[in-house]
Amino acid sequence: MSTIDLLQNLLFGIAQGSIYALIAVGFTIIFSATEIVNLAQGEFIMLGAMFTFWFSAPPSIDGSVGGMGLPIYMAVILAVAATSIIGVIMGWVMMRPLKKANSTTMIIITIGASMIIQGVASHVWGKDAVKVQEFTKFNDGAMVIMNVPFLKPIDGVPPQLFLQQQQIWIIGIMLILVILLTLFFNLTMAGKAMRATAMNKVGAKLVGVNVSRTVMLAFGLSAAIGALGGAAIAPIYAQYDMGGLLGLKGFAAAIVGGLGNFPGSVIAGLILGMAEAVGANYASNYKDAISFVILLIVLIISPNGLPALLKRRRK
Amino acid sequence: MDIRTKRFIGAFLFITLIGCVPLFVKNGYHLGILTMVAINTILVIGLNLLMGYAGQVSLGHAAFYGIGAYSTAVFTSSQFGWHPFVAALAGIVISIIVAAIIGIPCLRLRGHYLALATLGFGWIMYIVMKNWEPLGGTSGIEKIPFLVVGNIVINDDQSRFYFTWAVAMIILWITWNIVHSRVGRALRALHTSESAASSLGVYITGYKLQVFLLSAVFASIAGSLYAHCINFVSPNTFNFVTSVQIVVMTVIGGMASVWGAPVGAGAITILVEVLREVGDKVKIMKDSDVIMHGLILVLAMIFMPSGVYCTIFDGIVRLFRRKKTGGAA
Repeated sequence: MSTIDLLQNLLFGIAQGSIYALIAVGFTIIFSATEIVNLAQGEFIMLGAMFTFWFSAPPSIDGSVGGMGLPIYMAVILAVAATSIIGVIMGWVMMRPLKKANSTTMIIITIGASMIIQGVASHVWGKDAVKVQEFTKFNDGAMVIMNVPFLKPIDGVPPQLFLQQQQIWIIGIMLILVILLTLFFNLTMAGKAMRATAMNKVGAKLVGVNVSRTVMLAFGLSAAIGALGGAAIAPIYAQYDMGGLLGLKGFAAAIVGGLGNFPGSVIAGLILGMAEAVGANYASNYKDAISFVILLIVLIISPNGLPALLKRRRK
Repeated sequence: MDIRTKRFIGAFLFITLIGCVPLFVKNGYHLGILTMVAINTILVIGLNLLMGYAGQVSLGHAAFYGIGAYSTAVFTSSQFGWHPFVAALAGIVISIIVAAIIGIPCLRLRGHYLALATLGFGWIMYIVMKNWEPLGGTSGIEKIPFLVVGNIVINDDQSRFYFTWAVAMIILWITWNIVHSRVGRALRALHTSESAASSLGVYITGYKLQVFLLSAVFASIAGSLYAHCINFVSPNTFNFVTSVQIVVMTVIGGMASVWGAPVGAGAITILVEVLREVGDKVKIMKDSDVIMHGLILVLAMIFMPSGVYCTIFDGIVRLFRRKKTGGAA
C-alpha cells in the first residue's frame, strides 16, 4: 500500500471510528453510573438513524415506508429527543432489577431489551435499508478534496485525500460531543453527581445525590449520544438491524479503552475504526472480525484495557 | 419413600415418556422438532451449569456448537473420511482448546469478562464460517454422512430421535452426578459466596474453568449430533441469535437445575416453531419470535431471576407443603 492509500484508509477509518467512539462513550456513561454492560447501546444508534429517516423522508406515495418530510435539522433534533425518551424509559425499567441482580443478569436484560427494540423497529420501518438525505449538499454533494503538500507530488500534482461531506459531519459531531461531555462532567452539578455515583454509590447517596435520577439521566444521555451518532451515519447507511454489529464494535472499543475510561474509549474507537479500514484492504471479507480479534487479544493480555497495559509497562 | 427411589422413579418416568413419543408422533417434521429439543437440551445443560453455578454467562455458545458441527462435517467428508465418533472427538478437542484460551485469562477476574470475550469469539467464528473456503462459505457443507453405530445406520426420523435423546439423557445423567458430587458441592458453595468458598479452600478459578470447558464440550457434542441429523451445516445456524436463544432456553429452564434444561429447551424450541407457523398465516405476527425472546428475557430476569421453571416449580412445591403443614396443625 502506498503512503497516500494508507492515509486515505486511515481517514475513512477515523470517520467510521468516530461512530464506534460515540457508542463506546455511551457504554462508558451507563457503565460508570450503574455498572451495567448495556448491550442495547447499538440500538440507540439504530433508533437515531431510523427516527431521522422517519421525520425527514418524504411521505410515502406507493405504499412503502414513508416519513413526515420535515427539514433534516429538525428531524435530527426530534430523533435525538425521541431516542432519549426511550433511553430514559429503559433506565427506569432497569432500576428495579439493578438493586439486587448481579452483572450477568443485567447483561441478559439489556440483550432482551435490544431484541425487543430491534423487533419492533423491523415491524415499524420494514426490513429494507432506507435512504436518508445528507445533512449538507455543497457542490451537489461532491467529496471534499484535500491536498497533501508534504508528500512527493505525482506528475507535478500533490497527492490528494478525499472525504464525503457526511463523513466530515460524523467526525465533527464526535469531536463536539466529546468536548461538551468533558465540560458537562467537570463543570455542571449533574455531571459531577454522575461521576460521584460512578465512584461510590452509597457515598453519593449520603451526600445527597439522587441515585435513581442519575441512573435515568445516564441512560437518557447515553441514548441521546447514540441517537446523534445514528443520525449522522443514517445518510450513509440505515437499516433496522444496523445496531447489532455497530453496537458490539463500539462496545469492543469501550473494553479496549478500559471499561469506564472516557478518553480511553474515544481513542480506542478511533483505533478500531482505522484498524478495520486498513485491514479491509488485505481481507475485506474478514473486516467485521478485526474489532473482535483486537477485543479478544486485549481481553487475554490485559482485561482492563490498553491504558492499563501502558501504565504497567511504564512502571 | 426415600429420596433415591423418588429420583429413580422420576428418571424412569422421563425415559418412558420420551420413549413413547414416537408412538404418538408419526409426522416426520414434528419428530424432527422434538429431535432438535434433545440437541438444544444438551446445549442448555452446559450453559445451565455455567450460569447457575459459576455465575458466568457465555454469549458465544453457538460458536462451540458450530465447531462441533463443522468438525463433523469436514472430518467425515470424503476428503478426510474419518469415523463419525473420531470426527466428533476432534470437535470436542478443538472446543476445549479454544475454550481454555478464552477462559483462563477471563475467569481469573471477577465480573463479566467471560461474557464479553465469548461474545467477541462468537462473532469471529461466525465470520470465519461464512468466509473461509474449506468450510463452504455462506452455502455451508452438504451431504454429511449418516451416523453409524455398530451395524445400525441412523437414517430415519425415529432412529435419529432415539439416538439424540439417548445422548441427551447420558449427558443429563453425567451432569446430575457432577452436581451431586464433591465438585457439585464446591460449585454450589462458589455460587453462594465466592469469598467464603475461596477461604475454605475451593479453587474458584479452576472450578469455573472446568464448568466452562464442560459446557463447551457439551455444545460441541450437540453440534456433531446436529450435523448428522440435518446432514447439512451453514453459518447462519451458528450466529449471535442462536447464542442468545440458548441463553433464553437456559433462563426459562432455570439456572443450576439439571431438569430445567429439557423443559427450557422444549418450551422455546416449540414456541419458535409455533410462532413461525402463526407468522406465516397472520401478517402482524411475522418474525415476532425476536420480540418474544426479548420479552421473555427481560421479564424473566426482572421477576424470576432464578429461572421461570424453577420459580414456578418451587412455588407449587411450597404451596403443597404449606397445605400439608396447615392440615397437621
